[in-house]
Amino acid sequence: MSIDVHRHDAVPARPEFEVEPSEAVTIGDVERPLPLSERVLKNESFQRLMILVVLIVIWEVYARWLHNSLLFPTFTETVQTFWGDIKSGVLINRTATSLRTLAIGYACGLACAAVFTTFAVASTIGTRILATLTAMFNPLPAIALLPLALIWFGLGTPSLVFVIIHSVLWAVSLNTLSGFRAVPETLRMSGRNMGLKGARYVGLILIPAAFPSILSGLKIGWAFAWRTLVAAELVFGVSSRSGGIGWYIFEARNDLDTATVFSGLLTVILIGLFVESVIFRAIEARTVNLWGMQR
Amino acid sequence: MPADANTPLLAVNGVTLQYKTPRHLVTATYRVDFSVYQADRYVILGPSGCGKSTLLKAVGGFMRPVEGAIRIRNKDIVSPGPDRMMVFQEFEQLMPWKTVFQNVLFPMRATRKFRRAEAIERAEAAIAKVNLTQFRDVYPHMLSGGMKMRVAIARAMALEPDILLMDEPFAALDALTRRTMQQELLSLWEQLQFTVLFVTHSIEEAIIVGSRILVLSPHPGRVRAELNTGGLDYSNIDRPEFGAMSKRIHDLLFADGHAKQAATA
Repeated sequence: MSIDVHRHDAVPARPEFEVEPSEAVTIGDVERPLPLSERVLKNESFQRLMILVVLIVIWEVYARWLHNSLLFPTFTETVQTFWGDIKSGVLINRTATSLRTLAIGYACGLACAAVFTTFAVASTIGTRILATLTAMFNPLPAIALLPLALIWFGLGTPSLVFVIIHSVLWAVSLNTLSGFRAVPETLRMSGRNMGLKGARYVGLILIPAAFPSILSGLKIGWAFAWRTLVAAELVFGVSSRSGGIGWYIFEARNDLDTATVFSGLLTVILIGLFVESVIFRAIEARTVNLWGMQR
Repeated sequence: MPADANTPLLAVNGVTLQYKTPRHLVTATYRVDFSVYQADRYVILGPSGCGKSTLLKAVGGFMRPVEGAIRIRNKDIVSPGPDRMMVFQEFEQLMPWKTVFQNVLFPMRATRKFRRAEAIERAEAAIAKVNLTQFRDVYPHMLSGGMKMRVAIARAMALEPDILLMDEPFAALDALTRRTMQQELLSLWEQLQFTVLFVTHSIEEAIIVGSRILVLSPHPGRVRAELNTGGLDYSNIDRPEFGAMSKRIHDLLFADGHAKQAATA
């Protein structure tokens, strides 16, 4: 206590004052653009491109050193085969077949997911049903259902569509439902306050509010579907003359044409990259990133 | 628009409200009566747990009273509706996927109360009134808390509801912004003379914002007093009348507790 008093005495008396804040012009521009080189070097696409270039160089150098195109063809060989097959139309036909099947399966899967989540949102028993079904079927690899699908639907597109629906449905429903559940109570009340009910309430409030989750469900669903499709095509390959990209790989393996196998794998990767970093990235930039719901 | 100056716009008669938690049935308010008239700045004040927010939710139509009646313009309140626009405490009440302008426009279009051209005009005017014109095309995540609250108020006002319900709207703001917002709300009221039902737990805020204060006792909320504070606002916060009113409300809220403590001591 005595120390406090002492200390207080030691503080010199200071007068009060008020001043006008000085102009902040001395710093120069308050905001100025960074130099071009810095902006390019820090750009995400540029950095990712650089990583790709490094990987390709490593691949080329290793393959040349190994010098065994049966085991590990070089990057240039792979690209040559890839380009040749594109020009001859084989690869384009195969890819188109795969993508057509994928589109049908993905669309059907989304439609089923929409039905399931509608029921789940509408009633508690619907929620329980969806939760139970998802817990049962989500861990089940779609490819494990393929033998069954072949018995039920025979060789052909219906079997593929069936396994794709299975791989899309649960991931999308699960994400959509958890997205709906996470919509803040205040936002719900604010929507109901405006007199919104039923489908308008779901469409105008719940779906946009849950969009980050729905979008990530769509992304996971897409990746599952694409993987499942390629794997399924590898298993039973061709149906009625038009095989998919999996069949293209399988055929090349039988001919011990490793460069073509690589070119098939390259196609699978390129399509994956395109959908992920062009299509989904564009959707994200126009929605959840713009709205500040996701960084 | 007032049908008759003597009939209340909002009549709450003997309202008991109960809600269920997973373990308990909680009685939030017990037989509460009060009436709000046209152009009132009616404040419900009480300690936390007195059911004041629950009362506001019931007026909003989000829950039904177990006993008593809530009537607006002589009609029973059965569901939420745009005639009673709510401004919440939380910032999530704005739609993050819409710009400031679209947020203000949305309820006017969703309720189909106004034609498109008229709604656009009203939205612009409402945004200008809360001084956000230069932020009209910005998304809510880029706004400060005070600005978000201004958007919520503009959105509610633009719809021209019968009554504006405000649930501790400034509680999540910092002290300086809160003061500014109180002033702005009052100056908006000066211009437009709307009816507002305002819930707060701050005695000072109640006196500054309100023209009439309903004091509720804690747990379950029962009416403790109704006071007129029309003449008191920020400009006379240093006057003895303000201090006296503040003391009076303080005693109403806490006297019982002190009495009990004295009795047990």
